[in-house]
Amino acid sequence: MSRPASQTILSNTAAPCDAPAGGRQPILHQRGQHEVFCGLTSIIWLHRKMQDAFFLIVGSRTCAHLMQSAAGVMIFAEPRFATAIIEERDLSGMADLHDELDAVVARLLKRRPDIRMLVLVGSCPSEVIKLDLSRAAERLNREHAPDRRVIAYSGSGIETTFTQGEDSFLATLVEECPAAEADAAPSLVVAGSLADVVEDQFSRIFQALGIDNVAFLPTRRSDRLPAIGPNTRFLLAQPFLNEASKMLERRGATHIPALFPLGEEGTTAWLKAASDAFGVDPARFAAVTAPGRERARKALESYAETLSGKRIFFFPDSQLEPALARFLSREAGMGLTEVGSPYLHRRHLAAELDLLPEDVVLSEGQDVERQIDRCHEADPDLIVCGLGLANPFEAKGYATKWSIELVFTPIQGYEQAGDLAELFARPLRRRAALKVEV
Amino acid sequence: MQLTVWTYEGPPHVGALRIAASMKGVHYVLHAPQGDTYADLLFTMIERRRTRPPVTYTTFQARDLGKDTAELFKEACREAVERFKPQAILVGASCTAELIQDDPGGLAKALGLDVPVVPLELPSYQRKENWGAAETFYRLVRGFAGGREKPEKEEGAPASCNILGPTALGFRNRDDIVEVKKLLTSLGVDINVVAPLDASPLDLTRLPAADFNVVLYPEIAETAATWLKREFGQPIVRTVPIGVTATREFIREVAELAGIDPTEALDTDADRLSWYARSVDSNYLTGKRVFIYGDATHALAAARIAEEELGFKVCGLGTYSFNFARDITAAARHYGVEPVISDDHLDVEEAIVEAHPELVLGTQMERNTAKRLRIPCAVISAPVHVQDFPARYAPQMGFEGANVIFDSWVHPLMMGLEEHLLGMFREDFEFHDDTGASHLAAVNAAHGSGGQGVAARAEQSAFEAAAAEQTPDTIDSPDGTAARWTTEAEKELKKIPFFVRGKARRNTERFADETGVNVITIETLYDAKAHFAR
Ligand code: SF4
Ligand code: SF4
Repeated sequence: MSRPASQTILSNTAAPCDAPAGGRQPILHQRGQHEVFCGLTSIIWLHRKMQDAFFLIVGSRTCAHLMQSAAGVMIFAEPRFATAIIEERDLSGMADLHDELDAVVARLLKRRPDIRMLVLVGSCPSEVIKLDLSRAAERLNREHAPDRRVIAYSGSGIETTFTQGEDSFLATLVEECPAAEADAAPSLVVAGSLADVVEDQFSRIFQALGIDNVAFLPTRRSDRLPAIGPNTRFLLAQPFLNEASKMLERRGATHIPALFPLGEEGTTAWLKAASDAFGVDPARFAAVTAPGRERARKALESYAETLSGKRIFFFPDSQLEPALARFLSREAGMGLTEVGSPYLHRRHLAAELDLLPEDVVLSEGQDVERQIDRCHEADPDLIVCGLGLANPFEAKGYATKWSIELVFTPIQGYEQAGDLAELFARPLRRRAALKVEV
Repeated sequence: MQLTVWTYEGPPHVGALRIAASMKGVHYVLHAPQGDTYADLLFTMIERRRTRPPVTYTTFQARDLGKDTAELFKEACREAVERFKPQAILVGASCTAELIQDDPGGLAKALGLDVPVVPLELPSYQRKENWGAAETFYRLVRGFAGGREKPEKEEGAPASCNILGPTALGFRNRDDIVEVKKLLTSLGVDINVVAPLDASPLDLTRLPAADFNVVLYPEIAETAATWLKREFGQPIVRTVPIGVTATREFIREVAELAGIDPTEALDTDADRLSWYARSVDSNYLTGKRVFIYGDATHALAAARIAEEELGFKVCGLGTYSFNFARDITAAARHYGVEPVISDDHLDVEEAIVEAHPELVLGTQMERNTAKRLRIPCAVISAPVHVQDFPARYAPQMGFEGANVIFDSWVHPLMMGLEEHLLGMFREDFEFHDDTGASHLAAVNAAHGSGGQGVAARAEQSAFEAAAAEQTPDTIDSPDGTAARWTTEAEKELKKIPFFVRGKARRNTERFADETGVNVITIETLYDAKAHFAR
């Protein structure tokens, strides 16, 4: 049966990007029902990361309800996000959308005088009715800058999947960065939000390596954006930053390709790539990283018993899946069945994919019913999936690891390698511990 | 445009989803963008369901918009019917799909599927979740019970009724039906169909056979019940049996319709609330000021229980159910308070601050507000979170429901002796005003008056500080007026227990205004106390 929605196209290595070479299985490209979050959900961590920013979604009650369902219950203090809900009169032309938005913004800024950066976030409804939020941001900027910057990006479900919301936000943020002079000192930008503690650990390592002009994006404050220019190199801390990378390159910066800093191997490779790019002496590199590597390896040992030999299946969610799969297979001895990801950006994933066993099924996109069928067939020991699927799988007797936790937990770097393994070991240990039948 | 941080209700298609997920044999094909599948986790996480809700989403993306999204929808329908083999499918649009106007109803009908198709028109930009649920249920009832004859009743058969309204994600619906079924069975009434929860479309075709309909949740079932009444002449039992008195009225109302003597059912030892509330340890509950907010059904029931069964004083009453605004307004008038008819949680917060309650009965949102204001709180209505889908039996309806209510409303309050001691000895270092009820350790830890709390407060952003300003401290000293108080009077005021201090301050200031006193002294404070004594 062929249909545009769920057609399963088996494309071999002839993908437009540098697809993996060799005996790897063809990649499954899937269309159909996607059981994923939209990009709005990334606001849940972005609004905590960037402390003087406020995210105003321009959308529908659905968008507000999504934010509430995904975050509301976990966030007790009033969050730094809200939704301007489009109403009937806005659509029927009885109210001018831009006037309405201006009024909402005025009310909001009055209530929150501490906001330095207001971020207008586009949603499916605002995109479909072609409400131009960039234009609105420009207009509002004329009114509120320089005290407050107003920027806009889209987190809509029709354009972004989960973590891509951050990509879309960062791309816009990069545009806001000041330009560095052509003869500026070399600098490093680490793109992708990390837990504060992880960021601090990396800062100390870079310092010890002698790379001192380092900035992390997003910054903790909106008025401390790094300058970007031809002498800027950037390292991706997260695999989902396609648009942000393009924007960084457009601003003259150069990408440092690397594995992602997950596990001992990933972290070392990631730091090494930066060190090489900045001409750090290999002996110094070895000396600086040795203690961390040692600790990471040691921490991982205690999980080997639970994880090794267990087979894991990844549903698509965050684009972290290939890097996680690499870590779990190489450092925790897990067997991989299918590794699904909403997108497989071959360029950023080249190194990761090379390290995956050849027999693993890679899938891009989703047709959830068919993927569930494949999952049953693969009969894995552990399933990584979203919250809409986790309990139903558990009720069928499968162990699951709900995937969203992986973006809400510090997992990068040496000191978190053990914690990362723990996230996958915990459901298995729990299953072993519980003596009640369901 | 409406600025919203938290919403009391989801969009109408979430209401439709709740109906689909409640029933058996119904599948919902929802035209929606990628991302709207978040709604699944309401069921799998909050309600901890073991199965995925019966919904197929088209999850279109931007690249589909240029092409044929209608084709996408049709294919999703075909596949859903083939895979899930439902007895009926619901088809509709989410807010984004509504904008692209693909007409799911028309498209699905044109497919010639071999199952009945129920098209849903749910205007997302005007209506909300409960309306969506009511409309969906009504469409289903009409679709499956419509055009039928009311079956002839067998000679001597017992009276029978349908129970209408319980749904997936409904506050305590699971246990309420058990309790209500018990009541009806004890009366000798047959239960024909319970719907939508656990009913199939086939069950809906049997609705006309009942003698009358019991509407447990008017927000969901009023529309359908009204139609059934018109179509089949089935009377509606309108008393919602939440609270002892309401339960007793419910029994009488049902008995009357069924032609049964209710005496035996009324003579019960299942009700412990009445005696507990009469017991002398409940004396101190008298006149406690309580603010009530929720869906109309639960708010109305709570107000009555509060005043007539527990001896509280209702100091605020409100709802987000605009459709039932009139009932709430009438009740508010009865209790002598201004009704709060709003779905803006900031309005509700403001009203709570204004009312100086000693207890808040509300939704998940009021729980957050009350926590911030450090007022004891219990949840009485949706929206609720995972804690309010408990493992234990915890109905709100019937006599056992009243027992549950007694425990859960009194629990957050300070115990009587504790309250007395606080009033007598005000300088105990660990047992003082700000610590709240001593059995609520979690609250103490979160708001500990020690260094931790101060540090935490110092970290708050200006806005959070502004919000925090509405804590009891400000209930104590609203701006502009503080200067009128002498230091001694201010000190004396502090000796009044915190949960009534706000009211004492307000009364004193009002008294000062009315009698032309400019500077408030200790004398004024006690003059006012005597003046307002009742
Ligand atoms: S942005 Fe789109 S997918 Fe996300 S909640 Fe809003 S309507 Fe749904
Ligand atoms: S990464 Fe983009 S361009 Fe490359 S194969 Fe995937 S979808 Fe195509």
